[in-house]
Order: sequence, then C-alpha cells, then structure tokens
Amino acid sequence: MLALSVHNLSVQYQQQKVLENIHFQVPKGSITGIIGPNGAGKSTLMKAILGLVPITKGKVDVLEQPFTQQKDLIGYVPQRSEVDWDFPINALDVVLMGRYKHFKRFRPISKQEKDLAMTFLKEIGMEKYATRQISQLSGGQQQRIFLARALAQNTPIYFMDEPFAGVDAATEKMMIQLMKQWKNDGKTVIIVHHDLQTVQEYFDHVLLLNKKTIGCGKTSDVFHPQNIERTYGGSLTFPPSIAGSSL
Amino acid sequence: MITEWITLLESPNFRWVMIGSLLLGFSSGVIGCFVYLRKQSLISDGMAHATLPGVAFMYILFQNKSLPVLLIGATVTSLLATSFIQMIIKQTKLKTDAAIGVILSVFFGFGILLLSYIQQNMSGNQAGIDSFIFGQAASIVKNDVYTIGVVSLLVLLLTVIFFREFYYTTFDFTFSKGIGIPVKWVNGLLFSLLVAVIVIGIQMVGVVLIVALLITPSLAARYWTDSLGKMTVISGTFGAISGLIGTISSSVIQNLPTGPMIVLTASVLFFISLLFGSKRGMVVRRLAR
Repeated sequence: MLALSVHNLSVQYQQQKVLENIHFQVPKGSITGIIGPNGAGKSTLMKAILGLVPITKGKVDVLEQPFTQQKDLIGYVPQRSEVDWDFPINALDVVLMGRYKHFKRFRPISKQEKDLAMTFLKEIGMEKYATRQISQLSGGQQQRIFLARALAQNTPIYFMDEPFAGVDAATEKMMIQLMKQWKNDGKTVIIVHHDLQTVQEYFDHVLLLNKKTIGCGKTSDVFHPQNIERTYGGSLTFPPSIAGSSL
Repeated sequence: MITEWITLLESPNFRWVMIGSLLLGFSSGVIGCFVYLRKQSLISDGMAHATLPGVAFMYILFQNKSLPVLLIGATVTSLLATSFIQMIIKQTKLKTDAAIGVILSVFFGFGILLLSYIQQNMSGNQAGIDSFIFGQAASIVKNDVYTIGVVSLLVLLLTVIFFREFYYTTFDFTFSKGIGIPVKWVNGLLFSLLVAVIVIGIQMVGVVLIVALLITPSLAARYWTDSLGKMTVISGTFGAISGLIGTISSSVIQNLPTGPMIVLTASVLFFISLLFGSKRGMVVRRLAR
C-alpha cells in the first residue's frame, strides 16, 4: 500500500518555477528521505503536499485517497527555526497542542489529556522538563518536544522538515531509533534531510530532488553516485562509503 | 485641587468616561499580547495613524461628530492602509518596515491636511475633532462610552471564546493549520479585534499614541509570568490602570491631553516590571545568578 503518491506537482513563486512536475511514491511503513541541495525545493515540496503553499498543478493521494479527504492523517514537524522559542509556553503545553482535536471549548484541558501528553514526554525522555519554559531548553531538547507533539497527534504519516538540524549526535541517534520504532508500528515517516553520510543508514527509501524528481525508490537502487551527481550538479566529493557502493 | 477632585467624581459624565477608559485599557492590553507576540507592533502603529484621514473625512462629509460615523471612516482608511502596506511588500522588494514607514506618514499627513481644512473652512462646532491626534477624554460623552464599552466587551468575549486558537496560531502557524484550526478565519478575527480596539481607542488616547496602550502593557506583563493566559490578564490590568490614571489626571489638570498621560502611566508600569518583575525582572535575574 502507498502512504503517499504525488503526481505532476508544480509550484511557482511569482514567475519563478520552484518545483516542476514532481512525481514520486512512498510505500506505507517506510522511512523516506527527501534529499537535495539548498534551494532544491525540499521544504517547499513538503508544504505544497500539505497545502501550506499553493500549487499550480498536480495531485496528491494519501493512503490511496485524495489528500483533501485525508488531511488529518499527516502529522507535521516544522523546521525548528519556524517558531519563536522565546514564546511564553512550557514543554507540556507544546505537546498538548497535538491533542487539539480532543479538547472541548470553554473547558480546561482534562487531566486525562495531560497525563497522556506526559507519557509522550516520557517516551522521548523529557518528562523531567514538562514545566520548563521552551526558551530554557537546548536545541536538541526543543526538537524532541516537537517529536513528542507529533506523537500526541497520533497520525499514520509524519512529515519532518530537517529534524536533525542543530541536534547533538546522541539525540539524533535517539530520534532515529524512535522513528524506526514508529516504522515497525506501521507508520510512515518522511524526512527532509541534509547529511549525505547518514542517508543509507537512516532511510529505506529516498527521493532525490532538485526542482525536478531526479530519482525515487529504494535507497539501495537510487542512492548511487550518478544520481547524486545529477542532484547536486557534480560539485561534490563523495564520502568513501557511497563512492564504493553499487558502481 | 481637592474641590476639583470632588466635583469631578460627582459628575456622572466623568464616571462614565472612567468606565470607558477602564474597559478600553483592559481590552487593548489583552489584544496587545497577541500583537506583540506576533511581532506586529509596527504595523498596528501604521494602522492607528491611518485612521486620522478617515475621521476627518467623515466629519467633512457629514458635519457631524457622532462617534460611530467617525469610527466607520477610521476603520476604512485603516484597512486601506493595511492593504497598501501588504501590496507594497508583495509587489516590490521593500521590507515591511519601509513599507509601513511610507504608508503611515502618507496617511497621517493627509489626515493633518484635512484637519487644517476643517479648522479654516468649516463653521459650527468643530471643537474636539483635533483631539483625535493626542486624545482627549474630556471630549467623550455618554453615548461615546456606550460605543467604547460595547466594543471592548465584545473584544474580550471573543478572545475568551477563541483563546486557544489565538494562542496556538500565534505560537506555531503552520502546525496550527495542520491540526485543523481554520487559520485564515482565526487570523482574520484577531485582526478585526485589533482594528476594533484601535478605532475605539483613538478618541481617548489619540492616533499617535494608541500603539503604546496596545504594546507597553503586554511587554510589562511578560516580566511577571511565563503563561500566556496569565500574561493577558496582567496586561489587561496594566492597560486598565493606565487608562484610568491617564483619564483622571488629564481631567483634573486643564488642557492636558489624555493620550500622553495614559502612555506615561503605562511606561512607569513597564519600568517597574523591567526591574522587579517576578519572572524576568532584572533584580530576579541578578539574584538568580
């Protein structure tokens, strides 16, 4: 079964083509990386699929149904730089945002919901920081709070925009471990990713993107030097682990 | 002095004005929290300045000082200015601050032009129209207080109902859209409430200084709490205190405009908070080290 399938999607800002005829598919229960250089349109692609930026044409299916009927099925973890971390809010309240749909108007958030949010904090090892202001958390801790919020949404598909940016190595390892666990539970994780070194280790599927689709499929089939060179325009020296493989 | 106070407090009209300033101060303090956290202080200042030509134009057109009529004009030119600002940002490569700077001064300048036209060419009772620049509580009558009071209460009611939506969209707009909050409606509503507060506030505080009654109380409140809910209540209280003290002092002392007194009071509260605020005040921070 396909978690996500995108047909001929194009995005244009004023006169400039940002994405052209993007075409790709992501199977259910996979961890897929969206890989490409700066300005390739990776974040834009994610936002276009979610309807956060207008598309000029194209079609998006989620779990084999048109996206407009399936909006609730995707949890989105934005780039950390997109919010004001000096905002007056604590860690638990950020996680509770993911439970919005279950809240009742005019009533305070129930203890049940708060307990549930606490279990998500526990899952990412942040329960000690529940009442801590987000401004007093480190970059890695802030990113983990975002993950817990996504957990609270409890959607079958997750979109994450550069979740490892500004995160220390130990936290990154812990986060990817958690995502692999989600995958084993049948969830699908799609990640905008920067670091070519870890692609083979993290993702079973990749989409190579540079304004157009360069390649899409199993990492072992698609992620080879020729494709990477086409994606990055040949200005790249490959780490030995990639250069040695599959050529 | 004391006899002046007593006559003032005995005047029923003044009691009405006090209630009006209290409600206006509270509602603008509450809405101001969202404006400040959304980093829209500057654009709200542009919106406030842009109300002046609307007020003057309606006065010329209808030769009437009835507040609702003037406020409709204020709303129209304020919205016009906002859309011009957005158009400039979209169509040119100018940054937001430059676009606001241009539009603010054009609208305000045009408003002053219309005011001098009124003073030179129109007979009849024109007193009080120029008080819209720096605000004059003394020019407010009971009917105006009704308008101010009803709009303030409506603003507060809607903020209570949609508090969670305002809160979430202010913190994380894209995520809010993802969890099914109708973000366009929420933004539109919050923007309307901002316009409403500005428009009902210009007569008392003046177009030049109303932004201070919006922003300063919320800045001060941030020093006392880490929770947005408490912040809005504290900010509203600071706004109400500022409104009240400003109105009283400007009424006791002859020829003192109200706006500057309100803003001075709010600023004193801000400096006290900056120093002694229980969460982020300088003293607390120094002690914590």
